[in-house]
Amino acid sequence: MSLTLEQVRHVAKLARIEISDAEAQTALGELNGIFSLIEAMQAVDTQGVEPMAHALDLAQRLRADRVSEVDRREAFQAVAPETAAGLYLVPKVIE
Amino acid sequence: MSEANRGWEVVIGIETHAQLATQSKIFSGASIAFGAAPNVQACAVDLALPGVLPVLNRAAVECAIRFGLAVGAEVAERSVFARKNYFYPDLPKGYQISQFEDPVVKGGEIVIRVGDADKTIRLTRAHLEEDAGKSLHEDFHGKSGIDLNRAGTPLLEIVSEPDLRSSAEAVAYARALHALVRWIGICDGNMQEGSFRCDANVSVRRPGGPLGTRREIKNLNSFRFMQQAIDYEVRWQIETIEDGGRIQQATVLFDPESGETRAMRSKEDAHDYRYFPDPDLLPLVIGADWIERVRGEMPELPVAKRARFVADYGLSDYDATTLTASLEISSYYEAAVASAGTASAKPCANWVMVDLAARVNREGIELAAAPVSAVQLGRLVARISDNTISNNIAKKVFDAMWAGEGGSGDDAADRIIEAQGLKQITDSGAIEALIDEVLANNAAMVAEFRAGKEKAFNALVGQAMKATKGKANPQQVNQLLRSKLGA
Repeated sequence: MSLTLEQVRHVAKLARIEISDAEAQTALGELNGIFSLIEAMQAVDTQGVEPMAHALDLAQRLRADRVSEVDRREAFQAVAPETAAGLYLVPKVIE
Repeated sequence: MSEANRGWEVVIGIETHAQLATQSKIFSGASIAFGAAPNVQACAVDLALPGVLPVLNRAAVECAIRFGLAVGAEVAERSVFARKNYFYPDLPKGYQISQFEDPVVKGGEIVIRVGDADKTIRLTRAHLEEDAGKSLHEDFHGKSGIDLNRAGTPLLEIVSEPDLRSSAEAVAYARALHALVRWIGICDGNMQEGSFRCDANVSVRRPGGPLGTRREIKNLNSFRFMQQAIDYEVRWQIETIEDGGRIQQATVLFDPESGETRAMRSKEDAHDYRYFPDPDLLPLVIGADWIERVRGEMPELPVAKRARFVADYGLSDYDATTLTASLEISSYYEAAVASAGTASAKPCANWVMVDLAARVNREGIELAAAPVSAVQLGRLVARISDNTISNNIAKKVFDAMWAGEGGSGDDAADRIIEAQGLKQITDSGAIEALIDEVLANNAAMVAEFRAGKEKAFNALVGQAMKATKGKANPQQVNQLLRSKLGA
């Protein structure tokens, strides 16, 4: 199993990553390398083994429903590229 | 229905996002209170700053358990959170934490009322997920403004099977679900604030044929818009097919101004969400003891309560349905009956559904804010039942109680009846004396009656009631008057 260059471009587009042809080629090679690892793992007989959703065989811890966070907008917005009227500004998004 | 749709069958399934009534977010300790200034309730976890980890809110899980029990679903012993990947600026992580293959609630059903019959709508699933932030596209000189207060708000997404066959059924389902989530206290149901919003998947087919291609109408935040949007969409799909066109799978928005639906995105750039289990979260395990504890705390559900009102109180199906429209009205009604006595259950129903409801609606207040308590109303109804006052006088007493007369005690009605001397006159001797007076003072009317004018009799009854200041029993006055006139 291996990826095509077109699939690599599609994945890059979904992640909004701009890649050049050369970078797409490099990524294709690296991703196909990962695919061969996956193929090796898939060759292992897992008949009757329950799939796990997490590497740790533990249950999720829960927290009490309490408001524990205070307003730190000023600190967070101090490191944002651009803000106005309390909002984070980003390049215009059109539906 | 199929007549109107020229032999086409309408198939609808609904996805509902119910915002859960917690204090804090699903994976962070930020507040979810509505209406705060932008981004003051967006903490490091909500902003997806590096190194943060989500920690699941116990109350959100408990809401899901309550819902599962309320719809007779399986509450999964083990469910899994997954990342739903898509790129949008109001989703800082680049993925939404949701549930995919293993949701917390599986199956279940909602019973809706269609005409005079019940119809059972199957549920596919309900899963926990986080809400996204909000994008504001105006006023920022070519930029979009992002408010992340809503990011991380806990949602229960409830998915129905495509069991609905008309816009009316879709609305009945949405209303029943809306009433239920409020009833069990997991969602405030505020549709203006977006706490309860629906997407409708609509397709048409020939009866018995394969399912048609569906289009999804997004973000319906009122029952009226849902009805209008589905009706328009169904007409559009039938016309498109009959004109030789084909339906393309699409997401559409309803425009209330034009009353039309229009496509948002077509299938070509349909989202490829690449779901996978979120490595930041372990599987959610819900033990049987937790489920049993929640089961013990569940209120009686609307369907059961409706049946009990019919069986125990002799109410009509219609009255029982009206009085179980919300937990508030049903609790008020039951408290009124407890105060008036079960024998007065039927008049209590009329008072709650007619007089009280009209007053509450007219003043635009919540039932909980009504100045007349359920116990006070029950005591008033008891005074009608034991013939202390007539129904007409009771309306006067009710108005006085509403205005605060009689005080805030349970016996407000009795105080008003006493203070204003409103007790019904049942002593026939006293009534007879008044009638004699009326007859003596209205000789002309008496003569008219004797000449065969029935109208004159009614006028005499009116005069007699006036003489008693409305405090006599009208039937009694009627009877005595007729016997005195020898009629």
